[in-house]
Amino acid sequence: MVRCPKRECPIVNMLEIDNLNVWFGKHRDRVDAVKGASFIIGQGESFGLVGESGSGKSTILRAITGLAPLWSGRMIVEGQPLDHQRRKTFFKTVQMVFQDPYASLHPRHSVDQVLGETLHLHGFSDIDARVVKLLDDVGLGQKFRFRYPHQLSGGQRQRVAIARALAPEPHLLLLDEPTSALDVSVQAEILNLLADLRASRGLTYLMVSHDLSVVGHMCDRLAVMKDGEIVEVLTVDALRATKASHPYSQHLLEASL
Amino acid sequence: MAETQTLRQWLLTDTPSSRRHAKLSALYQGWLSFRANTMAMIGLWILVVLVLVAIAAPLIAPHDPFVQSLGDRLAPLGTEGHVLGTDSLGRDILSRLIYGARITLYIVALVALIAPVAGLLVGTVAGYVGGWTDTVLMRITDIFLAFPRLVLALAFVAALGAGIENAVLAISLTAWPPYARIARAETLTIRTSDYISAIKLQGAGPLRIITKHIWPLCISSLIVRVTLDMAGIILAAAGLGFLGLGAQPPSPEWGAMISEGRRFILDHWWVATMPGLAIFTVSLAFNLLGDGLRDVLDPKAGE
Repeated sequence: MVRCPKRECPIVNMLEIDNLNVWFGKHRDRVDAVKGASFIIGQGESFGLVGESGSGKSTILRAITGLAPLWSGRMIVEGQPLDHQRRKTFFKTVQMVFQDPYASLHPRHSVDQVLGETLHLHGFSDIDARVVKLLDDVGLGQKFRFRYPHQLSGGQRQRVAIARALAPEPHLLLLDEPTSALDVSVQAEILNLLADLRASRGLTYLMVSHDLSVVGHMCDRLAVMKDGEIVEVLTVDALRATKASHPYSQHLLEASL
Repeated sequence: MAETQTLRQWLLTDTPSSRRHAKLSALYQGWLSFRANTMAMIGLWILVVLVLVAIAAPLIAPHDPFVQSLGDRLAPLGTEGHVLGTDSLGRDILSRLIYGARITLYIVALVALIAPVAGLLVGTVAGYVGGWTDTVLMRITDIFLAFPRLVLALAFVAALGAGIENAVLAISLTAWPPYARIARAETLTIRTSDYISAIKLQGAGPLRIITKHIWPLCISSLIVRVTLDMAGIILAAAGLGFLGLGAQPPSPEWGAMISEGRRFILDHWWVATMPGLAIFTVSLAFNLLGDGLRDVLDPKAGE
């Protein structure tokens, strides 16, 4: 399933997670959200993380981006091991799209400000031209450029959030249930947009979802999570052939059919 | 199309053509919704008139506010040449009110510049940084809150000397803690939101996040709170004046005028009532303005 097997090209894996533990709180209040998670995502691959709410799938994304600071284990992005401090170069490689587009855009910043500030922070100089290009890329016209979030629909907001994540030209995009807060009709549009962007930009996706059909549509391989542990990693083909071996995966599959 | 477009249409377009255009358009739409609020407009007009009166005081005041005329003392309302009567030293009350507008505006402007800014700074830093910084800053805030307001101001004025500037400083010193509390509470809800996480993922540092992302969301509630507090600030200045620690006697400060007129309140009610009405009107104007501003500035109410 890995598009670029290690043998053929020298490029290392996009993301390696090895025995990752993430927890919140200290001492007696400690809650272990992720326990001993391990998986590998190759260059250009689209990988899904599936599980019910509270199973720790979003927490893995937050640990990768540095938003969940308490973790142990190994995380390697493009061959570079991560420590607890994220550098600017990291954010040029890895970006994230949040679950709720109603919460992920600053209510007082226009689309232009959101994208302009992001581009400025990443040190681009031709900001105007890039904002125009980004809006076109995500299927929003120029008329949306100076709008504020409250003047946009949920799908339009999510497109802005995707444009923001694409602004630094990352290689790995973390998608935290990018369509779960949207209407069913809009979900398909956003999923198609994401699939097109991956094809045109050669992106690698790590997508979190509780919806097996979304993951089946978007991903090559997936990991099933339960109570903070990865119970099984399987390919989408195996999923379609209902070859899941772990009872929990079978249970999930039955529930979604 | 561009030729037939009026300025109004240009301002109300939903497809602005430039950053400046978008900003002007947003301002104009804010103004439109503010204008629709009649009470807020009344408040705004009262304050505009107050500012104009303060600026043009020497031109419109019928008398010198400091000239005493003991023969005309305690003249009632509507007396020839003294529309609002005279005080116990025969000074024209209307003229004193007009000059007093300058002092009132001076106090209000200074306090409004110092207290909310200090509160915003302390509150947002404490809320965003958290940990020890939060604990230390908030305990300092608690100490200032726990002090009786007037006693702290008294101590401060006693140390620095009486006068309107020191009164303003003393009031500001006691007025900032509530703003810090508000700003911190808002910051705590904002800092965990997705849009702050999103800008962190672009590599933004704490300074940029606090000034560019948290302040704009805190400032609107602070502005509203300041306008609602203005009445209290004017009265606190009057209270200090009453104790002899604020504006000094010949100065036509409204609070000081009330405390002078207090002695004659039973027989010559207008001496204390006129400046009282002035304080009431200005306080009411600030409250109305604050209400209107809240409707315009609240981002959640947008659209």
